[in-house]
Formats: sequence, C-alpha cells, structure tokens
Amino acid sequence: MSLLAERIAAARAEGRAALIAYLPVGYPDVDTSIEAMVAAIEGGADALEVGVPYSDPGMEGPVIQEAMDVAVRAGVGLRHVLPAVRAVAAAGGVPVVMSYWNPIERYGVDRFADDLAAAGGAGAITPDLIPDEAGAWIAASDRTGLDRVFLVAPSSTDARLAATVAASRGFVYAASTMGVTGTRTTVSTAAGELVARTRTVAGDLPICVGLGVSNGDQAAEVAGFADGVIVGSAYVREMLDGRGAEGVRALSAELADGVRRAGVRA
Amino acid sequence: MTSSAVHPTQARPAPPARPSWPDATGHFGVFGGRFVPEALIAALDELTEAYEAMRVDPAFIAEFAALQRDYTGRPSPVTEVPRFAEHAGGARVLLKREDLNHTGSHKINNVLGQALLTRRIGKKRVIAETGAGQHGVATATAAALMGLSCTVYMGEEDTRRQALNVARMRLLGAEVVPVTTGSRTLKDAINEAFRDWVTNVEETNYVFGTVAGPHPFPAMVRDFQRVIGDEARAQVLEREGRLPDAVLACVGGGSNAIGIFTAFVPDDGVRLVGLEAGGDGVETGRHAATITGGAPGVLHGARSYLLQDDNGQTIESHSISAGLDYPGVGPEHSFLHDIGRAEYHPVTDAEAMEAFALLCRTEGIIPAIESAHALAGTLRLGRELGPDALLLVNLSGRGDKDVETASRWFGLGDRDEVDPGPGMDTDQQPTEGAVTSGDAVPGHEAGESA
Ligand SMILES: Cc1ncc(COP(=O)(O)O)c(C=O)c1O
Repeated sequence: MSLLAERIAAARAEGRAALIAYLPVGYPDVDTSIEAMVAAIEGGADALEVGVPYSDPGMEGPVIQEAMDVAVRAGVGLRHVLPAVRAVAAAGGVPVVMSYWNPIERYGVDRFADDLAAAGGAGAITPDLIPDEAGAWIAASDRTGLDRVFLVAPSSTDARLAATVAASRGFVYAASTMGVTGTRTTVSTAAGELVARTRTVAGDLPICVGLGVSNGDQAAEVAGFADGVIVGSAYVREMLDGRGAEGVRALSAELADGVRRAGVRA
Repeated sequence: MTSSAVHPTQARPAPPARPSWPDATGHFGVFGGRFVPEALIAALDELTEAYEAMRVDPAFIAEFAALQRDYTGRPSPVTEVPRFAEHAGGARVLLKREDLNHTGSHKINNVLGQALLTRRIGKKRVIAETGAGQHGVATATAAALMGLSCTVYMGEEDTRRQALNVARMRLLGAEVVPVTTGSRTLKDAINEAFRDWVTNVEETNYVFGTVAGPHPFPAMVRDFQRVIGDEARAQVLEREGRLPDAVLACVGGGSNAIGIFTAFVPDDGVRLVGLEAGGDGVETGRHAATITGGAPGVLHGARSYLLQDDNGQTIESHSISAGLDYPGVGPEHSFLHDIGRAEYHPVTDAEAMEAFALLCRTEGIIPAIESAHALAGTLRLGRELGPDALLLVNLSGRGDKDVETASRWFGLGDRDEVDPGPGMDTDQQPTEGAVTSGDAVPGHEAGESA
C-alpha cells in the first residue's frame, strides 16, 4: 500500500481528515526551510509537501511565488529536496515532493524516482503534468512503488476525472477553485461539488482538497467532505512574515484542531 | 505585380495541404503536447474543438479572407532590395513585407483568426501577453474591432523599451498590466496571462501570440500565419519562375518564421533558416538563442528547446529586441531542427543593428529590430552563397516602435547627461547630418543597457 494512502487511512481510523502542509525548500534558506517543515509535522501535520522552487510556477499566487523566487535566485533546486524529505520522514511525517515538471525532467525521471524512494519519500505531486503526458513518470513510479498524485479541477469533465483518478496513487488532489494558490476568506462551493463528483469514480482512492484553505475553521469545513486538507500559502505566509518555525508549528496546531473538529466523513 | 492586387482571394493558390504534424494530441515528434494544470484542459479542449470546426467552415474562411484583404491589407507585397543586396555577396534579396500590414507586423494575421474564434465560442474578454508590444497592439486592435474587452500583460522592462506600443494599446482601449515578477519580460508576462486565464476562464479567451504554448496554440497560430509563406511562394514563382534558394526569418517564439516556412517545407531544395537572438554572443551566456544554446525541456505548456540551468530553472534571456527576448521557442521549430528540415543560427545585437542601419539607408525601409536579425542572417548567407542565390526574407515588422532603442544604440539624438527615461524621447530627432546618406554603418556607441 502507498505511504500516503496508509497515513490518510490512519487519520480516518482516528475519526478525522488528514492534514497536509506545503512548504518550499529554500525559503529563506535551505536549513531554515527544513526546520519549518519539521515544525509543521511536530505541530500536527500528517504529511508534508516539499516544494521544489521553480522559475515559472504557473499555478502559484503571489505568496508562494515570492518565496520560490528567493529560493530560485539562491540556486536551490531539486537536489536540495532530498535532505528535506529525509528530515520530514525522521520527524514522523510522510514527505511527498511537489514539483513542476521541468525540474524533474532535467534531473532525470528515473534518477529522481530512485533517489526519492531511497530518501524515504512517498512520491510526487505534479501540478503541470497531466496523466496524458506522464508516460515516463508512470513507468518510473510503478517501478519504484512511489505514489503519484495528479490534480482534478472544477472544470474537469467526468471522463477526465475517471482517467485522472485511475492514474493516481496515494491520493488525488482536488483543486478547489479555478485559480492560483493563495489564502481565501471562504471555501468555494465548487470544492464540495468537485469532491462529490470525484467520489463517484474514486473507489478507495483518498481525495484531498487544496487551494485557499488558511485557518482552522476552513480546515474543519473541508474536513467535513474530504479525506485530507492541504494548506500551502498560509504556511508560507508564516515564513514570509518572519514567524518562522514557531509560527508554522502554531498554524499546524490550529489546523490539526480544525480537521479533528469536523469528525470523520460518513 | 499583376492581378493578385486586384483579386487576391482568386489569385491565391488553393490552400496547400497542412503538414502531417502535430498529431491529434498536439505532438510534433517528441515536442509540443500540453504541460498545464488540469484546470486549463477543458478550455484547451474547447478551443481545439471550436477551432477544428471553424477552420473548415466556409463562412469563417470567407470572413477571415475579407478581413485580411480589407483590414490588414493583404496580400503584402514582395520587394526586391538590390542596394541592400550589394552587401550580401551580390545575392538577390526579396523581402516579404509584413511590416506593411495594419498595426505594423505579422502579429495581426494570427490575432484576427483568434478574435473570430473568441467570438465563435461566445467569450467577451481577451487577454494576451506581449514582448515588443506588437502582439499586444494587434490584440487590442482586434478587440476594438470586435467589441471585446482586452487586457495585455507586458513585462515591466518591456513597457519601458517599447513605450510607444504601450501608448498605442491604451489608445485602443486595452488595459496594459506591467508584470513585475521574475525577469519582468515576455516569459513572465506569459506566466501572468496563464494565471489570469485559469482564474477567469469562464468568460475569457487567451489570445496567444506565437507558435509556442500548449496544444492547440502552436498548430492554430501556424495555420493563421502560414498565409505569409503561401502568398510569398506564389509571388516568387510568379515573378522569378523559380523557388528561392533559402527562406529566412527571425525566431522569437517562432510565429513569423513558421508562417513563412510552412508553404516551403515540402520543397526539399529550399533551405529554411531561422535566426535567433544572439544578444551579446551565445558564448557570453547573455542571449536568447534557444535552439542554438538551449536543451529540450518543458516551459509554458509544451516540450521544446529552452534556456535552462542544471536545476531545470529557466534562464533569463537577453536581446536588444524585446520581441525575441524569450528563453523558449515553439515546438515545431524544435521538431524541424531535430529532423534536419530547418537550421537555426544566432545573430548578435551588434550584427542585427548593423543590418538594421543598412536597410534604413540603402532601401528607405526601417525594419523592426526583430526582423533585422533575419536581415543580418541574409547578409551572411548571401556572402556564403554568392551572386546566383535568391533569398526570401520575412520582414516581420516595421521599426517605428524601435526608434528610441536604435537612436540610443547609434548615439543619435540629444546627448543629455541625464537619461531622459521612458517615453521622454519623442521630441528628440536624430541630429541632422549624423547619418550620412551613404551606406556606411555608424559604429556602436551606446548599447542597450537591458
Ligand atoms: C516584428 C516582430 N517580429 C518577430 C517577433 C517575434 O515573434 P515570432 O518569433 O513569434 O515571430 C515579434 C514579436 O514581438 C515582432 O514584433
């Protein structure tokens, strides 16, 4: 069974949704970002998306762009992700890499899969790679037993939902709104509808919801209909505002409380 | 030229077959495809489907042809430039005059097609990215013509070097958004346009400016631009009774080059030559010669050559020409390069500006700096091939937008101690007598500090 699916099942057994945090490696520097990732896990996150800085992150809003920009300018790249993956695993969290496709292709798809598996990573989330273009990654992740998380969106047709779910392992990432990453004041109504539509084809595959969740109340709301809650920009905001690992730890605690408040989905 | 000016649609040969590429999912060999967030797939599918239906619809074909004729001014003429050609080893040089199109470049060809498509799918707002501003101006123009609202993303750096085009877009009623992320040039404008599109896709169509991006853009933009080569091939055959030995064009994203190449791809004896922006020289690392100096990877929705570092980060490109200052290139060019059907060579800023000055003073035509890269490649190839050669060059645009950059390069105009800053040079005419009427090219006195 996949590392991610196992951890999400364990959360469900506790009567709650899983909490998945996102932080990019390299902001404000590699070591500090890894400390923050460990703090996110210690504060209550189940899994951590280790973000690979990328020069052209088309799906990111201004908050994540700002952090990535600093990391890219400092020369941080995919190779710096492996120590982060090891540190998250050592802290008891499930590490999953979040990367735009070109850094992985440049590193070498097979080499990436081998190195990630050896470091204890669960797999990868690829926001600009659709299953239709993922032949090499599907083969490499099958060979190494890694999870591969593809995205579905409110605009996905039923046929694409089915195909994307079929290609995913670990969980499927439901992008809750049409738009880029960023904190939002309300959870979009599209999120619940998308999860319900995905649920009809997902079988046992967990569905986690991302884009726009930033506080405990929103986490509780999303936990009411999803298997996992993904929070990114709110964590990065803690770092940009200089609250560092302690801010991240406190945010994890608030969000972890949120996912417990909702109670498990029927 | 004869009847083609009177009955252009009649005189134009039956549309030649489309190349057998890309495949149904937008792949040119290993290049192309769709590397975008899932959220955009529905919109790309909608565009693909609507476009495939539109392009064979007789009502569209007639409307598009009428717009090209009555609004753009097609067919554009072919002009022989013998005084310029004296510097090209005596080879004969023919220019395809896309600079004479309404709005001043080839970009209008594509935009009119995509604006008709926007109307067909019932969207009321268009967005576009622009580098030199020519695509932005063309999009703002088509939006005004068809009553669409229009937002153009432009790197802050480019809004400075192409201030004239910013003003034109605003006069045409478009909103121009300066992009301050990343390198503040075309690549970042494309990122911002994609972010806008994914957020507002319900009512917004993305009018992409070149043959790059995710499927269907490379194939669709090629189809809209191939009129350049379809016309030019017939025009050259009619006046010369033979095909040219080589067809040359500058390559930024690659739309004017694909536009003039496509008709000639089946003509094995015709060399297809793309000129990339060599900036300070490829060996300096400060350039935009994507195929010459890059490697295959994924950027802006497609696999193609790109300038990237060991981490797979896009490297910022450098060129005096805003329209060529792009670290990617359309996937069909990568394909034509890899199968050996087209060749790509770099031209430095200095070489391009020398050719720019030469065309101004030998022929009375001020080219866009983008197009001047193709002219520089022509000087080089003509010297290589000699007097029997017949070279066809795509003059993709006119240079009005570039007078400030060129004046600075050649050290013309008032020499204020203080940099007058963006948009301040409008009343500074080149100093009388600073340019002789002879063919000598002034030396490079002050480079662009981009
Ligand atoms: C006159 C002119 N030529 C060429 C280009 C480069 O684009 P492409 O390579 O797509 O033709 C531009 C872009 O702005 C342009 O304005």
